[in-house]
Amino acid sequence: MLWGRPSACGGLPGRPAAGLIALTAALIPAACGTRSVRPHLTEPFPNKLSAWRLFIGDPAALKPNAGVIPYDLNTPLFSDYATKYRFVWMPPGTSATYNDTEAFDFPVGTIFSKTFAFPDADQGGKQRIIETRLLVKGQSGWVTLPYVWNREQTEATLDVAADPATVHWVHPSGTRYTIDYVIPNTNQCKGCHDRSKTVTPIGPKARNLNKDFSYPEGRFNQLAYWTKVGYLKGAPPPDRAPKLAVWDDPLTGTLDARARAYLDTNCGHCHNPRGPANTTGLYLTAAQTDPMRLGLCKVPVSAGQGSGDLLFDVVQGKPEESILIHRMESTTPKIMMPELGRSMVHQEGVALIREWIASLPGSCNAAKSGHL
Amino acid sequence: MTKTAAALFAALSLTLCVSCARRDSGLAAGPDFQKKFQEALIAAKPGAVIELPEGRLDMDRALSLSVDNVTIRGKGIDKTILSFKNQKSGPAGLTVTSNAFTIEDLAIEDTKGDALKINGANGVTVRRVRTEWTGGPSDKNGSYGIYPVQCKNVLIEESASIGAADAGIYVGQSSNIVVRRSRAEANVAGIEIENSQFADVYENKSTHNTGGILVFNLPDLPVKGGGNTRVFNNEIVENNTQNFGAKGSMVAKVPTGTGVIVLATNHVEVFKNTIKDNNTTNVSVISYMTTGNPMNDATYYPFPEAIYVHDNTISGGGTAPSGEYADVLAPVVGKPMPAILFDGIVNPAKLAAGKRLPDDLRICIQNNGDANFMNYDAGGHFKHVSRDLKPYNCSLAPLAAVNLPAAAAAPPAGGN
Repeated sequence: MLWGRPSACGGLPGRPAAGLIALTAALIPAACGTRSVRPHLTEPFPNKLSAWRLFIGDPAALKPNAGVIPYDLNTPLFSDYATKYRFVWMPPGTSATYNDTEAFDFPVGTIFSKTFAFPDADQGGKQRIIETRLLVKGQSGWVTLPYVWNREQTEATLDVAADPATVHWVHPSGTRYTIDYVIPNTNQCKGCHDRSKTVTPIGPKARNLNKDFSYPEGRFNQLAYWTKVGYLKGAPPPDRAPKLAVWDDPLTGTLDARARAYLDTNCGHCHNPRGPANTTGLYLTAAQTDPMRLGLCKVPVSAGQGSGDLLFDVVQGKPEESILIHRMESTTPKIMMPELGRSMVHQEGVALIREWIASLPGSCNAAKSGHL
Repeated sequence: MTKTAAALFAALSLTLCVSCARRDSGLAAGPDFQKKFQEALIAAKPGAVIELPEGRLDMDRALSLSVDNVTIRGKGIDKTILSFKNQKSGPAGLTVTSNAFTIEDLAIEDTKGDALKINGANGVTVRRVRTEWTGGPSDKNGSYGIYPVQCKNVLIEESASIGAADAGIYVGQSSNIVVRRSRAEANVAGIEIENSQFADVYENKSTHNTGGILVFNLPDLPVKGGGNTRVFNNEIVENNTQNFGAKGSMVAKVPTGTGVIVLATNHVEVFKNTIKDNNTTNVSVISYMTTGNPMNDATYYPFPEAIYVHDNTISGGGTAPSGEYADVLAPVVGKPMPAILFDGIVNPAKLAAGKRLPDDLRICIQNNGDANFMNYDAGGHFKHVSRDLKPYNCSLAPLAAVNLPAAAAAPPAGGN
């Protein structure tokens, strides 16, 4: 296996320009060689997360190995208020190809790592890591690998169909919650990471990565940083790349922009013409402009009971009459949306979408009397 | 070996075993069954047969399969029962997104949402599968029982769906479909073919639903233009269960007591069925305008055309119309309601000489014994109702039988 050679140093590739040498060098630890990231491109995939060598030192500290870059998104998916840690690694000498609207085209061997953690209410708010999901571009496409952490926080083990984890956690406000946190099985991973039935990354799109991030060496725009370290080619300067608003930061966009950003990330991965919810005809990606496709006055043809006795997906000015809100506010399996990945209602997210719907001008023609 | 590795190994050996010998597989009932079953679904290789044991198997979360050419097989429609009574998460019972899928000889009960959803598959066989909400009709039941959507080459046979709060057997946005020898009971819609092309629905029994068999074409969906559907040799009787569908859903508008509805679909042949004792009406052919729903979809065609209703045995019913029929139509036409209703709405742009649709697009109603009829002039607010069947005394070329690829048995001669 090419990348698995102990000699394959996990240091960053690229052609550092003058002035960037220091930055790049900082990412390559002295101890390269056997401690570098060890990718796996075919089955069987490692049973232990540690076998990938994405992190060094105390496992629970998630200190990235050489070439493993942390990143963040403008507007992330809501996952029961979990804290998330995202990292990406690419094989030496390879890079992703930029795309304006879709996830970038990543090279074989790319590893995304996303870790979910909560402040443990049983241990005075000390962080408890629940799971780390790897999305790996193997020889025959992307593979989803859920690793579940032990209570000792020393290791995570591959579990393709994990049981839910009972999590007692404490919100910064002091409120304590107990949830049955659902760890998606690998099929459920595919259920969301599905574009025309092919597993695809969701988060790393230009519009969601286009933001500053505090690296150990300083604060840089992520698209520029990925370009500088050789992980991305073809990207325009950040100010000419699309940029999603931060859903809860009014300084980053109008109410409309923030609501659409929220819907893009939380719904658009399924609700798009090539996603698993394309059967509904409701499309919620950032690029969507057709009001009917966005749900305005759209009759919910196949929502079944999810409609909650309401007539339209979105009724302008009337969040309480909009099915979208009804489904976001539910935690009942057949009603709730997204249908996976949360067991709680995202109160702040619902509030944003309520405000957005309330702000929309217009009205829906109520169905006239009629019958079948 | 860790627990997970052991489970994976078990799942793997299960897959290997069942492909090499006809012996009982390692999936035994027990507290770990759910996890092991899901692991087997994930670890399955194309060609795998996953055998399920007899008994009631409790599930508390959704199952899914995304590997092509897998068979899930139980010990019998009443012997292997996947019970989701205590389901806590997941939108459906079993969701399948892979091709060449076969499921047979088991039941899926009491899911919170849909029971068996098959999305985007080419090649679906559902055989001797029962989906049921065991508490009877309730708006708390899940929406769809057997639910292929955006699929090709679908065979549903000898199956049963009971208690769905939307449609029992529902095939949507699909093509090349056979639904036969199955039973739909106590659902809002018994069997529904929606926005689909080339479907044969025959030798089924649809009873005690709100509506028996629906052939629909609806707007705002990515796949439109439903048609080329044959409904024949079915028993569609006593579909008089009070509508319990969610208000916003299309089927919530199905009048309690409906046998067959053809809604805005083209090229539909309804023949040799026994349709009786449906207390609003036995057969209705309507345009989307009649639903009263707004139409914002410019690419949608709302008129039923080339509809051929013939040689059916129709009797009884019409004695207790519900919904708008009861409020508006019954006072005009009296009871019992006519056995065959047509809303009279056609595309004015297509009317040819004599204000008639071209011969190949007509609504033809022929040889249905003494079943009475009415064009109830929905477009003219019921002002010019007509019981005259003569304008509909015509025939259309029989539709071709659906041919499924070899895996599924060919349907019998259509009876034309």
